[in-house]
Amino acid sequence: MTPTLGHYLAVSGLLFIIGLAGVILRRNIIIIFMCLELMLNAANLSLVAFSRFNVNVAGLPNYNGQVLVFFVITVAAAEVAVGLAIIVALFRARQTIHVEDLNSLKF
Amino acid sequence: MQLVLFWVFALLMLVFGAAVVFLRSPVSSALSLVVSLVFMAALFVTLDAFFIGVVQVLVYAGAVMVLFLFIIMLLDLRVERPRRLNIGAWTGGGLVVFGFVGLLGKVLSSELGFDMEKPPVSTQISDASAVGLMLFRYFNLPFQIIGVLLLVATVGVVVLSKKELK
Repeated sequence: MTPTLGHYLAVSGLLFIIGLAGVILRRNIIIIFMCLELMLNAANLSLVAFSRFNVNVAGLPNYNGQVLVFFVITVAAAEVAVGLAIIVALFRARQTIHVEDLNSLKF
Repeated sequence: MQLVLFWVFALLMLVFGAAVVFLRSPVSSALSLVVSLVFMAALFVTLDAFFIGVVQVLVYAGAVMVLFLFIIMLLDLRVERPRRLNIGAWTGGGLVVFGFVGLLGKVLSSELGFDMEKPPVSTQISDASAVGLMLFRYFNLPFQIIGVLLLVATVGVVVLSKKELK
């Protein structure tokens, strides 16, 4: 018995839901940021799963999906660097990382 | 055997992913995220994506999470004090989350061929060289653009972390 495509998609969807719940329910901006990483990873898992289950005539997986995952990982690394720099600048200005204390842009 | 390994990796990954959301201390959250990412790399290996698995461990579980832990310790964050619960936000968030769960169940139970077994793959070419060929042959321009993006991000971080913005 090997895992089917549905298994991988279910795990990926559940991980996405966990990340979404964290983004919506947590109030600590660093943890919100980590949950965003979880959601990106969930998307990566489904991309790799689709790549593996789409085999061409030569018996090779469709590597387009894996190249896309490579790009997603790179962009996520850049995003984390910039985001954490913004958080540090924010903390220096306001001494807090609680999102309910950061409401000066709120209408 | 493969199914057992899949369930072990997937369940551990989901448990540690849920721990990221539910633990109160940011350091514990970050460490459970590391474990979750390592199990994700194991899942990539079960999909024969060895290169992506290695990149996942090196870049995500290594570099990115060190950055997170470094910032958490630099800011000296304590366990957050429990605050008054915002009932509206929790019910709204709960509705969205349960809507997503329902949608996921509905999609996966539909007849779209999700019960497909893993087709066999040839192991003639190694995984890393196939991804590399694809990357440099068909995705060369995006690759260059990603390089520029990383440069711009680095410059932006340096500008953002200066003491005073002029």
